[in-house]
Amino acid sequence: MINYLLFAAKRFLQLVAVVFSGVSVAFFVSHLSPIDPVEAAIRRSTRNSNVNPEAVEKMRETLTALYGVDVPMWQQFTNFWSKVVVGDFGPSLLSFPTPTMDLVLRALPWTVGLLLVTVLGTWCIGNFLGAFAGYFQNNKYLKAFGIVTMSIQPIPYYIVAFLTLILLAFIWPILPLGGGYAIGLVQEWSWVFVLSVMKHAILPILSLILVGLGLWFLGMRALVSNIISEDYVVFAELAGVSKPKIVISYVMRNALVPQLTALAMAIGGIFSGTIITEQVFSYPGLGSLLVRAVNSGDYTLVLAVSSVAVAAVAVAIFIVDLLHPLLDPRIKVE
Amino acid sequence: MFKVFSDLMRYNIEFAIGFFLFLFVFIFGALSFFSPVDPTQIYMLVPDIKPNAQYWFGTNSRGQDLFWQMTFAVRNSLLFGFTVAMMSRVLSLVIGLVSGYAGGWADRILMFVNDIFVSIPVFPILVLFFFVLRDDLTTLNLAILVALLGWAFDARLIRSMMLSLKHREFTQHAIFSGMPMHKIVLKEHLPYIMPIVFSTALANMIWSIGIEVTLAVLGFANISIPTFGTMLYWANNHSAMIAGIWWWILIPVVFIAMTFLGLYLLSVSLNEYIDPRQRLRRMGGGS
Amino acid sequence: MSDVLTVNKLKAYYIMNYFGTKREVRAVDNVSLTIRKNEIYGIAGESSSGKTSLIKVFAAAMRPPFEIVDGDIKFDFGDVKIDPYAEDKSKVDALRWSHFSYIMQGSMSVLNPVRKIGKTFEDFALKPMGVSKAEFIPLVIEHLKKLKLSPDILNSYPHELSGGMCQRVTIALATVCRPKFIIADEPTTALDVVVQKEVLSMIRGIQQEMGSSVVFVTHDMSVHANITDRIGIFYAGRLVEEGPTKLMFEQPKHPYTYHLVSSIPRIGDTQRRTSLEGKPPSLATPPNGCRFHPRCPIATDKCSQENPELVDVGEGRRVACFHSDKVKPLLEAAQ
Repeated sequence: MINYLLFAAKRFLQLVAVVFSGVSVAFFVSHLSPIDPVEAAIRRSTRNSNVNPEAVEKMRETLTALYGVDVPMWQQFTNFWSKVVVGDFGPSLLSFPTPTMDLVLRALPWTVGLLLVTVLGTWCIGNFLGAFAGYFQNNKYLKAFGIVTMSIQPIPYYIVAFLTLILLAFIWPILPLGGGYAIGLVQEWSWVFVLSVMKHAILPILSLILVGLGLWFLGMRALVSNIISEDYVVFAELAGVSKPKIVISYVMRNALVPQLTALAMAIGGIFSGTIITEQVFSYPGLGSLLVRAVNSGDYTLVLAVSSVAVAAVAVAIFIVDLLHPLLDPRIKVE
Repeated sequence: MFKVFSDLMRYNIEFAIGFFLFLFVFIFGALSFFSPVDPTQIYMLVPDIKPNAQYWFGTNSRGQDLFWQMTFAVRNSLLFGFTVAMMSRVLSLVIGLVSGYAGGWADRILMFVNDIFVSIPVFPILVLFFFVLRDDLTTLNLAILVALLGWAFDARLIRSMMLSLKHREFTQHAIFSGMPMHKIVLKEHLPYIMPIVFSTALANMIWSIGIEVTLAVLGFANISIPTFGTMLYWANNHSAMIAGIWWWILIPVVFIAMTFLGLYLLSVSLNEYIDPRQRLRRMGGGS
Repeated sequence: MSDVLTVNKLKAYYIMNYFGTKREVRAVDNVSLTIRKNEIYGIAGESSSGKTSLIKVFAAAMRPPFEIVDGDIKFDFGDVKIDPYAEDKSKVDALRWSHFSYIMQGSMSVLNPVRKIGKTFEDFALKPMGVSKAEFIPLVIEHLKKLKLSPDILNSYPHELSGGMCQRVTIALATVCRPKFIIADEPTTALDVVVQKEVLSMIRGIQQEMGSSVVFVTHDMSVHANITDRIGIFYAGRLVEEGPTKLMFEQPKHPYTYHLVSSIPRIGDTQRRTSLEGKPPSLATPPNGCRFHPRCPIATDKCSQENPELVDVGEGRRVACFHSDKVKPLLEAAQ
């Protein structure tokens, strides 16, 4: 137990390092931007009216102080971090003066929801079916399933999302075209609202599952077809241990360890896939927020979304890594 | 080499399908060199003509012949994928080899960096770059960026391969017989590593073309040159689906699917060919 | 005395077809033998002599490219008689572990690395023993004691045990249900000599206690001398000589057996050991006539043309050699 805690602590330090370097890179990249956040904000608020130049000057001062762009880069960097650690990325340009963090926090649950459902769903279903496909290699349904997933898996997320949208919301309009819930509904814990959320989530989830399933299914199938010739499986077969038990406790159980490693490595890619899928279905998550922020030149928002994305993925990988020693007794927890 | 190819063609159906899909797409892309039209010109033809005998793929709402437009898109996208794959292969090969061989602190530092690159979500980072660079984000710059972000997985693979080669007996023999290390790596180990580099190159092409499609569809790339992604971008930009110009969407989607499936099947069947355990199983199946 | 296993003119080949070339590997070629009750029958031969393939047939563990081409095989466990390849697979599976079991080669890799040993015992033996879980654990613990294993190992993972312990665990697994017939495939090869001796005497002890029959496979002749009652010598997929262990060692009647026996070092013996020229033949393209003739120092023209049948030469021995009556003088003359 002590060992495990030490391992977790060590892994946590690594997490902090990844988040710190990722967010720092995002900070420096975004500060190379030619867009001056102060001028952009002023332009936005003075677009439709004549404002007293003195007031503009005052506004400029306030904003400069607010964005902290009047000091050298390294100081901006330390200021940035001292605010970020308490969750403050500064006000958004797009919907000034709402703090960007509010926008991000509003979008985050949608993305996390999509990710959680699809990652857990595809990982479980894909591994389960893949294990049986690898063990019963001559089953024709599983073979056919393999061919189908094999032909969908390489297609980019965007294309699959786009095609499901065209098929199931346009040509055969049984599902909503986009959004997180029906327009006009109030966000509350009511039956109507929850149902609407579920209905709107079907298409994004479906398209993410279609692409994601193949990775786990094919990976598991390949692993299993190697594992079935391992001595411990052959031995169990010779002992007449029942087939389901062999598939689950001997074959699948051993393949789960590398599949968990694969999950940790794939989360970044899946996250990217999720935010692009959101954009296709105008789903109110981080992806749509990011695209909106880029298109409107909202640099604090872009920075905030990228940072949160880096952090979210790192945390997800951290959680998966913590599961690792629990699944594989051979890993020495140091 | 030719023997391997003809064997694969004859006995590995995935390879044969993948090869023909890719060959078709490749030849189609090569047609762009004979194109009578400049792909960047717009409103040269009557817009929105359905596919017919004269314009096989029809024209789009920007008055471009989709057939020639598509040939350029195929060429540019394949070239993009190829460039990224080559650059990132060099990175992952060098980093993987150094890390696997040097071991110690060099390995630890490189793998720490590797872990960061593996766990960073690529897409938001690329969007951030587009946000900053805008028009400076040319296709070549994008390719460099994507290559810089896409080496980590395979570097780790090559490193672990190296580690196991390093501890094989024949390496020990070579060391004892006085062969210098760089010679052992180049002469004895590279032949084992190269097939992996080759098959991961295909996988990397799939990945990088996918990223280009995704970015370009959103307009986060150089939208003036035709690629898979920018073709869809302009189609969406002109609401082709709602306007009923279905061929403007369908044709790029079909080509994208063919390219990705072709490359994927090639990479999967080559992987299988490289891994003798899987080959043995095929043999065992008596196919 | 009745026989547990009767094998009659068995031919089992690997039939492979890959990239257009068809290959037939005759791993088991026209083998007839019987395994008696309460004996340890040794199977000897170098690698690729077909001994591993033969026990795959015994264990009903054949996988597709490997198939029986001709001949038959019958088990007689007393209460059940069965031809494992004529009957439904589920019937054979029902007899596994309760009637026949298998000790696998490579102790470290035969136990599921992510499953506790106790769980593996449950998977393997609970059903064949037909007892409740509450009765099962004490039985297993009692059995472990016979093999000098502490009950604590039931709570360990395989990687926490040493190679010798793992091997004893696999022996315990294979014997806990007290089967009539046990196949032991090189159970001591991976172990160091001291542990080897310990494990051998345990197998012997448990076999005598239960009155089971054991087929013991190893290429190590000194192990055979130690543990087996009878030996069958295999060469290139064929049984070339068979008989009581003592007689086989004292008076080999096949030049190959002679070579195997004389290759064992003995304390005080300073004679140089000669190694056999050449390599064992490929089972895909075996030589004509006697398969040993290209390497045999006393081969004649007849040996390269005709295949010597396995004939009964008295004292419970069978041998397949045209010169079986004068092997020793001929070999000494040839040297």
